[in-house]
Amino acid sequence: MSVLVFVESKHGKVSKAGFQAVTYGSKIGEVTAVTFGDVDPSVLGEYGAKKVLLHKGLKEANDQQSTRLVVEAVKETGADIIVFSKDQAGKAIASRVSAALEAGLASGAIALPVTDNGFVVKTNVFSGKAFANVKIKTDKKIISLIPNSFPAEKVGGTAEIVEVSYDLGEAGVKVLELKTQGEGVPLPEAEIVVSGGRGLKGPENWWMIEDLAKTLGAATACSRPVADIGWRPHHEHVGQTGLAIRPNLYIAAGISGAIQHLAGVNGSKTIVVINTDPEAPFFKAADYGVVGDAFEVLPKLNEAVKKFKANQ
Amino acid sequence: MKLLVCISKAPDTTSKIAFTDNNTKFDENGVQYIVNPYDEWYALVRALELVEAKGGTVTTITVGTSADDATIRKALAIGANDAVRIDTEAKDAYYVAKQIAEYAKDKGYDIVLTGKETINYNGAQIGGMIAELLDMPYVSLAEKLDVDGDTAKLERDVLGGTEVVEVKLPFALSAAKGMAEQRIPNMRGIMAARKKPLQVVPPVDVEPLTEVISYEMPPAKSACKYIDPDNMDELVELLHNEAKVI
Ligand SMILES: Cc1cc2nc3c(=O)[nH]c(=O)nc-3n(C[C@H](O)[C@H](O)[C@H](O)COP(=O)(O)OP(=O)(O)OC[C@H]3O[C@@H](n4cnc5c(N)ncnc54)[C@H](O)[C@@H]3O)c2cc1C
Repeated sequence: MSVLVFVESKHGKVSKAGFQAVTYGSKIGEVTAVTFGDVDPSVLGEYGAKKVLLHKGLKEANDQQSTRLVVEAVKETGADIIVFSKDQAGKAIASRVSAALEAGLASGAIALPVTDNGFVVKTNVFSGKAFANVKIKTDKKIISLIPNSFPAEKVGGTAEIVEVSYDLGEAGVKVLELKTQGEGVPLPEAEIVVSGGRGLKGPENWWMIEDLAKTLGAATACSRPVADIGWRPHHEHVGQTGLAIRPNLYIAAGISGAIQHLAGVNGSKTIVVINTDPEAPFFKAADYGVVGDAFEVLPKLNEAVKKFKANQ
Repeated sequence: MKLLVCISKAPDTTSKIAFTDNNTKFDENGVQYIVNPYDEWYALVRALELVEAKGGTVTTITVGTSADDATIRKALAIGANDAVRIDTEAKDAYYVAKQIAEYAKDKGYDIVLTGKETINYNGAQIGGMIAELLDMPYVSLAEKLDVDGDTAKLERDVLGGTEVVEVKLPFALSAAKGMAEQRIPNMRGIMAARKKPLQVVPPVDVEPLTEVISYEMPPAKSACKYIDPDNMDELVELLHNEAKVI
């Protein structure tokens, strides 16, 4: 089976979610990765890509041009299966490619395809409250993989790198400026996330969240009302109407655990809940619970993690 | 400006998620449908703000059966001028996108707006598919939208930040949080909505590309382990040795 994996690049690096997609693809068949920009994509070989098609002329993940890139790469490789990471760029490009090739798209995969009765992919639906088994009925099949649902594995191979120069047509969307969120780990890619809710009382108390996040190398997140009142920026809002994340560890302090909040975080591997109210619904979804005041527990937890790290 | 807003219904966010018919169908028992929040709060409201400021019309389009009419009337009550319903069951994302693209292709819409995803299927597919089928640029996950003449300026969510982009009309977008504030329809809007045109058109022939063959619930969580708030060393130890996440 020939598999084509689209890997986004930004700031001279291929994206980490791309490593996961390449590993995922390599479990299905022989992977050719396709990427763009001023990058050295040889690292993709370490994750199992046999070949990388690199389009240096394309500088950003413009969806119209990336779609042409993938369509051309499919023609060149004859790929049967096309894998995207379901991140910001992947969402747009996967759906365009699906329409361009009339190839079925299983959006939001969390597991490898099962092929004993057609080609069926398990996907996240209802914001993570359920899964749907989606059968792709076309010859060519497209899968978009939810970031962090499949671990990247280093297998230590090398990939042949082939520069391509397909004509990608016009970029209808012109990028004027990129406002970065500053340093720190981007939330969708973070393995550990420390999150705060209304129970933290005000933005001036967020140092407790930030300190712990820093010690853990984590990203920070928040509940919706916290973003709505403006205590925290909108891009930190997780839940059904915000970002859905799947970190290894989600630490929630002062968040009640409303169903709409849980929808965005219940794919996390391990959930720690800190709340003064033992009846808070979040404890039902938690692996570890601390019934206590976040103002005392967070600094103590931070100290304990520091001690642990110092002894590592 | 001629704006087309794609509207879908979605189960209310507090709905109990369950399945029937041997886990092949969503259990609609007791489920209340709402307008998909991204379609309503962001795409529709921003479209209305734009025509209020600059003139034009907002048409909503829905692929669905008469069971969708209540959500369509809600969108009309919020302020859309008229509505189109393509009279068929939504079969998969491509099927829906193709119906909308076929309807829209020769009608000269300046912007086709969708929500960033529905809260039930979370596919985030329709907008991109429509854009491809209509051969238009697509700005996904747009958080801001302004139009000046034949050019639009938008901000959108990208990996690690926000991009400011510019695009010529016509184009398609998917709307995310930040684009507008939710509007609650008033009594006058609700009354007026009853008289606004809702055009029902027959579907075109399209073969869906995918099919949901079954649903599953996630495995039940094991019970929560409680840790004494004065013993954070124990929590760290469990996270390291038991959960293996730090
Ligand atoms: C259509 C719709 C979509 C929504 N989408 C989302 C979404 O995407 N994401 C989201 O988060 N919400 C969403 N909501 C809102 C959701 O229903 C809840 O209102 C929200 O999640 C509550 O936020 P919270 O837990 O921060 O605040 P609260 O519910 O006010 O909870 C605060 C918690 O902090 C605890 N607390 C108080 N003091 C302390 C202390 N000192 N130490 C420790 N704990 C303390 C309290 O016991 C309480 O449990 C949505 C709602 C609707 C209707």
